[in-house]
Amino acid sequence: MKELLFGKTLSELREIVTAAGWPAYTASQMADWLYAKGVNSIEQMTNLPVKVRAALAERFETGVFPPSRVQTSVDGTRKYLFATASGKFIETAMIPEGDRVTVCVSSQVGCKMGCLFCMTGKQGFQGQLTAGEIVNQIRSIEEAGQVSNIVYMGMGEPFDNLEEVLRSLEILTAPWGYAMSPRRITVSTIGIIPAMRTFLQRSEAHLAVSLHTPFDEERRRLMPVQVAYPIREVVEEIRKWDFSHQRRVSFEYILFKGVNDTPRHVRELSRLLNGISCRINLIRYHPVPGTPLPGSDEETIALFKESLNNKGILTTIRASRGQDIYAACGLLSTRELMKNP
Amino acid sequence: MGERSKEGAGMKMVRVARNLEVYPRVHLLTWRREDNFLPGQVVKIALEEGEAPRIYSLCSGNGEEEMAVLFNVKEEGSLTPRMAALRPGDALLVSAPYGTFLGDEAPAWWIASGTGIAPFYSMFRSGLGGNKTLVHGVRYPGQFYFGEAFEREMGARYVRCATRGEGEHIFQGRVTAWLEKQEQFPADTRYYLCGNPLMVVEARDLLIAGGVPWEAIVAEIYF
Repeated sequence: MKELLFGKTLSELREIVTAAGWPAYTASQMADWLYAKGVNSIEQMTNLPVKVRAALAERFETGVFPPSRVQTSVDGTRKYLFATASGKFIETAMIPEGDRVTVCVSSQVGCKMGCLFCMTGKQGFQGQLTAGEIVNQIRSIEEAGQVSNIVYMGMGEPFDNLEEVLRSLEILTAPWGYAMSPRRITVSTIGIIPAMRTFLQRSEAHLAVSLHTPFDEERRRLMPVQVAYPIREVVEEIRKWDFSHQRRVSFEYILFKGVNDTPRHVRELSRLLNGISCRINLIRYHPVPGTPLPGSDEETIALFKESLNNKGILTTIRASRGQDIYAACGLLSTRELMKNP
Repeated sequence: MGERSKEGAGMKMVRVARNLEVYPRVHLLTWRREDNFLPGQVVKIALEEGEAPRIYSLCSGNGEEEMAVLFNVKEEGSLTPRMAALRPGDALLVSAPYGTFLGDEAPAWWIASGTGIAPFYSMFRSGLGGNKTLVHGVRYPGQFYFGEAFEREMGARYVRCATRGEGEHIFQGRVTAWLEKQEQFPADTRYYLCGNPLMVVEARDLLIAGGVPWEAIVAEIYF
């Protein structure tokens, strides 16, 4: 199998060019074709000499793949299915809202984290995505030229695939890549502290943390990661970083009726996040088959939001999108395709 | 006491006491115990200052003279191949024990796959095995780590499941297949799950479908 060019950083392209003895600027030309111009074949890189294109084609292919299926929600949200190089499948959600087009990308095939309320977790873990496979989810959808925001909130835990996620962020934000502002990109984690620290050092993108309850005992029943990385330690690490300017940290909070939506939770959240410049995103629970958690009602959600705002924590409610096509938060899964591709 | 690592973050240097390959590419690494801990807790381990540590469940009793971890050697891993090569007297960096996957005296089922048996062996060696049922799933019968000790003391409450290979008193199949065959799960019992992610989520779903409240299930996933 040939090596794939799409997903390589400029420095990796330079290595290829240097090894072949071609002029150094060839790497920049290749990056321009791959990312700015968006070609589908090496043959289309027409400012490269014919001999260079032929030599490249012997060893490489571009490595961009169209989606194999698209579903469209009544609210305009789209869910794309992509096959990976290893023959597995991932899903990507495209969420239009006014002038914004947000793409929710996957970083892994499946997920190891096993959160009780998440559909992706139910399929276990089948593999890591490469940087190319992550960026391809943005590059190969119909709305590719209109994408305004990217969230790493699809299948998988981004910080369990940190190096590929960082490489994908470099391609998306570098001038030689897609030149997007990192302020339009949010990476979400359940709180793998060492990787989160590395991300905060090496990227300028926003951070989102899945919180879901401030209480240790409750969180470890909802999210096994709590055993290894308690939320208090996650928050203590975040406290060391400056989020008071352009870079944002937000906390994701799915509301479960009678479980984590009480005044006691509001008080503890207020204590836990005291002094951190942040936002809480409240998320309606989208029921996952076989999971015994009920979602909170609208009245409780509104009250919870108001209570947190009254405590001085900026709190918003995330709109539910794409629920009818299983594209909403926590519903992405390719479990069925593991057996019946 | 071991000297504190300059890198801080609670890591200190200890010396390897033993490094046993208990099954091909599975090691039990021990060092002299210098900390108290609760059975079920984990430690972070690194070999060099500044490198990102990995987390391992302790696999020894809290009254024993040595602390231990049980680990698979991952060929592509950055740490476990080097851990496997450690010899007695070599240094490693270990954090203070922490974590809340804790065993106690209450009735419980311990459900593990592979090296996920480690925290349950710690609980067992700490005297908490009396009213527990242990279900351990592996690929080959040789991977029932500490099987003799469990069988001797737990008898029929020790359930072994192997997907390949046969043996006396061994259920042929996955842990989840064994769980599916149970007519009911005891009430007023806590269910601990530890091991690979798919086993944990599937076993949890089966328990919940079988009437176990989700609040009675606590899971630790190896990733």
